[in-house]
Amino acid sequence: MKPPKFAYHAPAALEEAIQLLERYQGNARVLAGGQSLVPLLNFRLLAPEALVDLRKVPGLADIRVSQDRIHIGAMTRQRAAEVSPAVRQHLPIMKEALGWVGHLPTRTRGTIGGSIAHADPSAELPMVLLALDGEVFVRGPSGARTIAADDLFDSVFTTTLAPGEIIAEVRIPPMDAHAGFAVEEYARRKGDFAIVAIAAIVEGNAERCTRARLVAAGAGGRPVRLRACEEMLQQRGLDAQTVEAASRKAAESVTPTADPVASADFRRHLTGVLAKRALGRAIKLLEVPSHG
Amino acid sequence: MDDFVDIALTVNGKPYRGRCEPRKLLVDFLREDLGLAGTHAGCEHGICGACTILFNGQAARSCTTLAVQADGAELLTIEGLAGDGGLHPLQQAFHDHHALQCGFCTPGMLMTALDFLNTVEQPTEKQIREALSAVICRCTGYDNIVKAVAEVAKAKQG
Ligand SMILES: Cc1cc2nc3c(=O)[nH]c(=O)nc-3n(C[C@@H](O)[C@H](O)[C@H](O)COP(=O)(O)OP(=O)(O)OC[C@H]3O[C@@H](n4cnc5c(N)ncnc54)[C@H](O)[C@@H]3O)c2cc1C
Ligand code: FES
Ligand code: FES
Repeated sequence: MKPPKFAYHAPAALEEAIQLLERYQGNARVLAGGQSLVPLLNFRLLAPEALVDLRKVPGLADIRVSQDRIHIGAMTRQRAAEVSPAVRQHLPIMKEALGWVGHLPTRTRGTIGGSIAHADPSAELPMVLLALDGEVFVRGPSGARTIAADDLFDSVFTTTLAPGEIIAEVRIPPMDAHAGFAVEEYARRKGDFAIVAIAAIVEGNAERCTRARLVAAGAGGRPVRLRACEEMLQQRGLDAQTVEAASRKAAESVTPTADPVASADFRRHLTGVLAKRALGRAIKLLEVPSHG
Repeated sequence: MDDFVDIALTVNGKPYRGRCEPRKLLVDFLREDLGLAGTHAGCEHGICGACTILFNGQAARSCTTLAVQADGAELLTIEGLAGDGGLHPLQQAFHDHHALQCGFCTPGMLMTALDFLNTVEQPTEKQIREALSAVICRCTGYDNIVKAVAEVAKAKQG
């Protein structure tokens, strides 16, 4: 398999990368880790006029902790994030999710920004970005802006990034040190894309749940918040009966579509089963004084 | 459009220079331009793991990497695994445990296992199986590969 011909640029500054993207008027693609883009080129599902490789742009692979955010450079390799002490300490659910992203040899190349920009509806990182109220810091021809996760993911493989815009950084508020959390996923083989995955974060205790956050991947064209489920937990607590009812609510509230991998009913069923499992593990962690 | 690009990289400790189209996959560059055909191309879209090499010390697919992306990089391929003293312990263990049949997956298995053992100390069998699930083998049924890797992991602990 050979990719179609393209021009290759590896600019040494982000401004230059933006200018290049502008120059090709939507016919150029950003190249990050290449773990999704190169297969698409190999299959000739894409034939961009040019690739703009970000590997020489300085400062895009740093992880930094500021007062109220963890800043993860877009070119941070998934594996580097997985072993980062800052991620382990402040965003442990992201660390757990990264263990599900492909395999060790794909995570050494694949980037945080690339996975988010790719917006695969079954991908784990967009799911946790939404669960954590994260945002992306974007640079483009008309300046810089931040986009909240909920406003970024549009539909299957589609974000609201404008042509020429590049994700420079992902910004995520740190998790509460006492929060319980879990990622659960079902795929036919470990390392395959999830059929459905769930990220759950809970705070409080069995009597009173002060905050619940559940997001599903693979249950729609983009990651979806399971709001009905969250509300039920926040109103009634985290006891076993409520978890059971809330998980049923989760399954009822999603509207997946069928594809060759799984029927819509199966995806709905998995949403309920995995929500229950994720909540079960997350609530157990609440009982542990601190983790990380 | 610039048709060709120059790249310089280190493979198995030796410096190489090459000139190729930007669309050339790293696996093809290694095999065709550098004559290092020990790295195998299977699925050519990241799934099978046959093409796995070490890229700056970490396991990576050479079929989902462009050769131009390896400009300036240090690679280790299967040809560089055995040292002057003979087979690498992983290779020896594969031999001892009959961990290969046709051998197509073997270079990728070895390079994946190498990075895994560099990363995870005292792995459990479950961890070994999970790491090796990055590479598909159509012959062995995996059991002997797992045994071989477990033996080397154990020997490393001393
Ligand atoms: C065998 C295999 C298994 C996998 N399994 C999983 C899995 O289970 N879960 C999962 O989530 N992923 C999985 N992936 C995909 C994952 O590895 C990719 O890393 C990820 O989807 C894309 O990241 P990348 O850095 O490789 O981006 P690339 O492939 O380089 O780019 C992907 C897309 O994003 C755009 N892009 C990249 N960076 C930016 C940026 N900074 N700003 C704007 N646009 C940008 C590119 O133009 C392109 O359109 C798998 C891949 C393989 C090969
Ligand atoms: S040939 Fe590279 S993963 Fe299959
Ligand atoms: S030995 Fe034949 S594919 Fe593994």
